[in-house]
Amino acid sequence: MIYVTRRAEFSASHYYHNPQFSPDENRRIFGKCNNPLGHGHNYTVEATVAGEIDGATGMVMDLKELKVLLEQEVIQVMDHKFLNKEVPAFAEKNPTTENIAVEIWNLLAPKLARGTLHRIRVYETPDLFVDYYGK
Amino acid sequence: MTVYLTRRYRFCAGHRLHSDALSAEENRRVYGKCNNPHAHGHNYVLEVTVAGAVDQPSGMVFDLVALDRIVAERVIERFDHKNLNLDTENFRTQVPTTENLCIEIYKLLQPPLEIAGAERGLQLDRVRLEETSLNSFEYVPDRAGHRVI
Repeated sequence: MIYVTRRAEFSASHYYHNPQFSPDENRRIFGKCNNPLGHGHNYTVEATVAGEIDGATGMVMDLKELKVLLEQEVIQVMDHKFLNKEVPAFAEKNPTTENIAVEIWNLLAPKLARGTLHRIRVYETPDLFVDYYGK
Repeated sequence: MTVYLTRRYRFCAGHRLHSDALSAEENRRVYGKCNNPHAHGHNYVLEVTVAGAVDQPSGMVFDLVALDRIVAERVIERFDHKNLNLDTENFRTQVPTTENLCIEIYKLLQPPLEIAGAERGLQLDRVRLEETSLNSFEYVPDRAGHRVI
């Protein structure tokens, strides 16, 4: 099994808020991330595809396809957006890095023509990232 | 559904690689310049990975403020700007290689993290330590069905 990884970047804003919590609880649980005006990050996504090497091409998959998929399914949806307000997946779900990783998995996994999606890694900052393996 | 959350931390510490079980010559041969009796130091980068279910509606695997506090109290305060051989209890009887430091940090962090995240079945997945930008060490306890990379 060979694992190939492609990176992509997007910039977006978000805030954390749960309407079931009181304003006090929201501030206590989410801290400065609760600012309703939002704040932003430069996110980096790594999509790792697992597969066998095709003998004819020497490739697991055409990485350009993965690049195009990331662009169409993720970057166009999330780049320079306010995730809470402009991305339907986060209309009622906090756009935490955990939920973003799961959402990106759900966007990409069904669209891969070759190989299987192995891991989605999302960096919120260089010092904080989340991995999701689809289960 | 398991999500793995990793946070990076930094600390600076000194150490000397020297084993009482080896002769002076063997120590010099095995550890090279790391055997210098006056010690030397590194800027360590620590990656702590916790694994668990995503709590909804918070959308979080674990509270980052709690993670930062536990790592600060258990690891950073203990090791930062210390001589690992002389200032800490952890390396009285073992060599402070980064391999051993990885395992020590795992042991220091696992109980408080897994107690704090018990209701979600949180696990300390791994500890990865960069000694310099060119070498790193990773301790992953053997667990059934563990992920590959």
